[in-house]
Amino acid sequence: MADSPTTTARPIASIRARTLQLTPPRWVAFCRGAAPIVIGVALAVLLQFYANRWFGGYREKILIDIGINIILAVSLNIVNGYTGQFSIGHAGFMAVGAYTAGFIMYYGSFWLFGDTQFHGGILSATTDPRGLHGPGFSGGDLLFPAALIAGGLVAALFGFIVGLPSLRLRGDYLAIVTLGFGEIVRVVIETTGTVLAGDEIGGQPWYRLLNRVGGPMGFGGLPIYASSFWVWVCVAATVLAAYRIKASTMGRAFLAVRENEIAAASLGVPITRYKVRAFVIAAFFAGVAGGLFAHEIGNMLNAGELGFLKSFDIIIMVVLGGMGSISGAVVAAIVLTILPEALRSVSEFRMIAYALLLIVMMIARPQGLLGIHEMWDLPYFRRRRTGGKTA
Amino acid sequence: MALLEIHNLDVHYGAIQALRGVSVSVEQGKIVTMLGANGAGKSTTLRAVSGLIRPTRGEVRFDGKPIHNLPPHRIVEMGISHVPEGRGIFPGFTVEENLQAGAYVRKMSHGEFERERGRVTKLFPVLKERLAQPAGTLSGGEQQMLAIARALLSKPRLLLLDEPSLGLAPLIVQVIFRIIREINQTGTTILLVEQNIHMALNAAHEGYVLEAGSVVMKDEATKLAANDDVRKAYLGVG
Amino acid sequence: MTTFLQTLMDAISVGSLYALIALGYTMVYGVLRFINFAHGDVFMLGAWFSFWVTTKFGWAGEGAHPSIPRALTVMAIAMALCGLLGYLIERLAYRPLRFAPRLNVLITAIGVSLLLQNTGQLKYVFGTENQRMPTLLPATTLATVAGVNITLIDVIIVAGSLVLMGVLDRLVYRSRMGMAMRAVAFDPHTASLMGVNVNRTVSATFVAGSMLAAAAGFLYATKYPNLNQPAFSTWTLLGLKAFIAAVVGGIGNIRGAMVGGLLIGLIEQFGVAYSAPLSHGYITGEFKEIYVFALLILVLLVKPSGILGRLTVEKV
Repeated sequence: MADSPTTTARPIASIRARTLQLTPPRWVAFCRGAAPIVIGVALAVLLQFYANRWFGGYREKILIDIGINIILAVSLNIVNGYTGQFSIGHAGFMAVGAYTAGFIMYYGSFWLFGDTQFHGGILSATTDPRGLHGPGFSGGDLLFPAALIAGGLVAALFGFIVGLPSLRLRGDYLAIVTLGFGEIVRVVIETTGTVLAGDEIGGQPWYRLLNRVGGPMGFGGLPIYASSFWVWVCVAATVLAAYRIKASTMGRAFLAVRENEIAAASLGVPITRYKVRAFVIAAFFAGVAGGLFAHEIGNMLNAGELGFLKSFDIIIMVVLGGMGSISGAVVAAIVLTILPEALRSVSEFRMIAYALLLIVMMIARPQGLLGIHEMWDLPYFRRRRTGGKTA
Repeated sequence: MALLEIHNLDVHYGAIQALRGVSVSVEQGKIVTMLGANGAGKSTTLRAVSGLIRPTRGEVRFDGKPIHNLPPHRIVEMGISHVPEGRGIFPGFTVEENLQAGAYVRKMSHGEFERERGRVTKLFPVLKERLAQPAGTLSGGEQQMLAIARALLSKPRLLLLDEPSLGLAPLIVQVIFRIIREINQTGTTILLVEQNIHMALNAAHEGYVLEAGSVVMKDEATKLAANDDVRKAYLGVG
Repeated sequence: MTTFLQTLMDAISVGSLYALIALGYTMVYGVLRFINFAHGDVFMLGAWFSFWVTTKFGWAGEGAHPSIPRALTVMAIAMALCGLLGYLIERLAYRPLRFAPRLNVLITAIGVSLLLQNTGQLKYVFGTENQRMPTLLPATTLATVAGVNITLIDVIIVAGSLVLMGVLDRLVYRSRMGMAMRAVAFDPHTASLMGVNVNRTVSATFVAGSMLAAAAGFLYATKYPNLNQPAFSTWTLLGLKAFIAAVVGGIGNIRGAMVGGLLIGLIEQFGVAYSAPLSHGYITGEFKEIYVFALLILVLLVKPSGILGRLTVEKV
């Protein structure tokens, strides 16, 4: 509140003039708004071409895992952190997105390109050296983002359906519904039949293929598209969206619902609408993350692996990082992706350690490491930003 | 030696200090009242006596024995019964079950309980008609009567009453205060917190005035009622 | 007709087990207002403790000899161990959070659940191998009605569940401890002003619920002797269905848990038996889980307080 001493009884006109003074010119505002997107895409391009050279294939894959986990944690944070609802079925949305995108990429590739192989250009390439053996740009580069978005949209539709019971349920009941949703998704997918090979697809109507996504054996044979580029573009989009939502009116409404539903309702916040919105947005990004996961190198898409335990992995990222903190979720996603790799030799203790961490965390620091704050809100950073002056 | 001795009590709610060195003593057989504005620390004092909150400093002695470190149920067993602000009845229990809950510490047989219940409901005849009714369906005044009756069933030597007149019609308030005096006449010591200063000073033998967590005045009830500062601040007379 | 009666028999038998587990969820929810996610894992450990005790006593393999005293001994020890476990869980994990927001308690409960599962799966404890519960009860068929065998095990499961539920019902509605439990359920502070020892009452609730879960675990292992691992895929779902039984019947309501347990048993068993024939094979028996969750969602949407539950209004 730097201006507080000067706010005493000034004419409205001069306040308006001052507001105009403080408002940057339109082109500055535009650049400021576009900057994160530009930086995000630039970073993604940089990683696409140099990650492998700098870090090697194994570490590049871990970076991709980190990216996917960031998308999952940041999106779950919108439901669990901002809105204070408790979803333990996030992996269910991920599975929906993964199978939708996988279906489009596998059978769609067949219809468009005549086979189910990889048809991407440099940006989708995951082998090194990038793009030397393929075209610079190809149809797959358009099909893959389309499939990701489709996966996100179908997941969002399910998010809407799961969010609806929040009309009548709160807290732990809603948690059970989300858990039930995740289980239903898994069971339904596991009842499907085997994936058709390329020569069997021809002549089949598309709806007959819907239940040919692998069942308990998993959806094998998906082309590998989840390159560093696509993953980090999606990360940038998710983080940016989460940040803009948090700072918006909708974000304030989410937080109001989280703090006190009854008070929020009495202030005119339509709480059900906002809860459903939170679910829809979170499910969309989870679906996108699922689409990336399905087409990641070294992964076999299998509904059995996208069950409660995966949801739990995401929850612990959110809880650890701080319910409502984007930077906290990002940091937790990074740490909790690297940690299991580092602890591979004692992996049977990993879940025990996680569980204990969660219990101790809830008792000692229930709001998570950062709580609702962002890293740059911490006193240390704040001091530096304001040049040593405390507000 | 007083029945209840509160000595130099400090209570904190997190970082906020609610009581600052409060000392109150309640003689056997008396009605003592604590007066003050909202947030003065009256209810907090009662909560500290009955063990619902732990004081950060100071001590509470009942019958000479320190009780400030005991859990609430041990304090009830020693003979202190607390009727909390807002009555704290169990709305889903019937009136009968609420009374049974009040007698919880005494481990009585069914026959003894019936006799005790008869003794208490003599003070509150209306409860007797409603034994089978869920307590949540009672009127405010009846709920207050039930809360007091329930507290009496543990046969307390000291009864802590937190704003028994809160939200009740003037006529009912009169009834409640008449009963409070009757209870006192049967030998029960009473520590009464009230915002209805007029009624409270009328009923009590002694009064304490609390402000911002400290005792600012202590005197016989009649003298407090005549005190100009008290009259100006709380009775609206001036 | 025989299929129908056999399915009904199984449904009642499995349903009473669900009801037994559901009682633990419902008691804890009734008293503390949170879902004890770890309860399903206590049930699992009840089955595994039974297995462990039986093998430790040398009543497996060569020494196997079905007898009712042995079965009762094993069940009693499993109940005691799980009772202790329930006490420890409450004391160490939940008590520090007694007045914390429900979300935090829920997260803790999930943490405890995973802790129990993964500790149980350590190779020093029960390992990740499937095991087979030794036979403790003779596989006697007591009677055959319309082609359906009524086995001793089914009778013991149903009768045992009924007895345990009766005991619990008496405990809660007719005893001093039950009065304390119900008072704490309304408001722990007020209950303590009545002289109720809140901590001891809550501990008793956890111990009683965990012991019932252990009994259910023992009976389950007796009826379905294949003890599968990993814990999550096999046991958590059972615990979850028991929880759904509690919610469907009306959580916090003891009789509701019994109704819900039987209902879930019926839906599940008839779902398994009739899905494929009635849908000409389009829907398989695996859809039984979906029916159960669909029932849950339906009940939550139509009558969130459950079949026998009373509606409580959230306080401001």
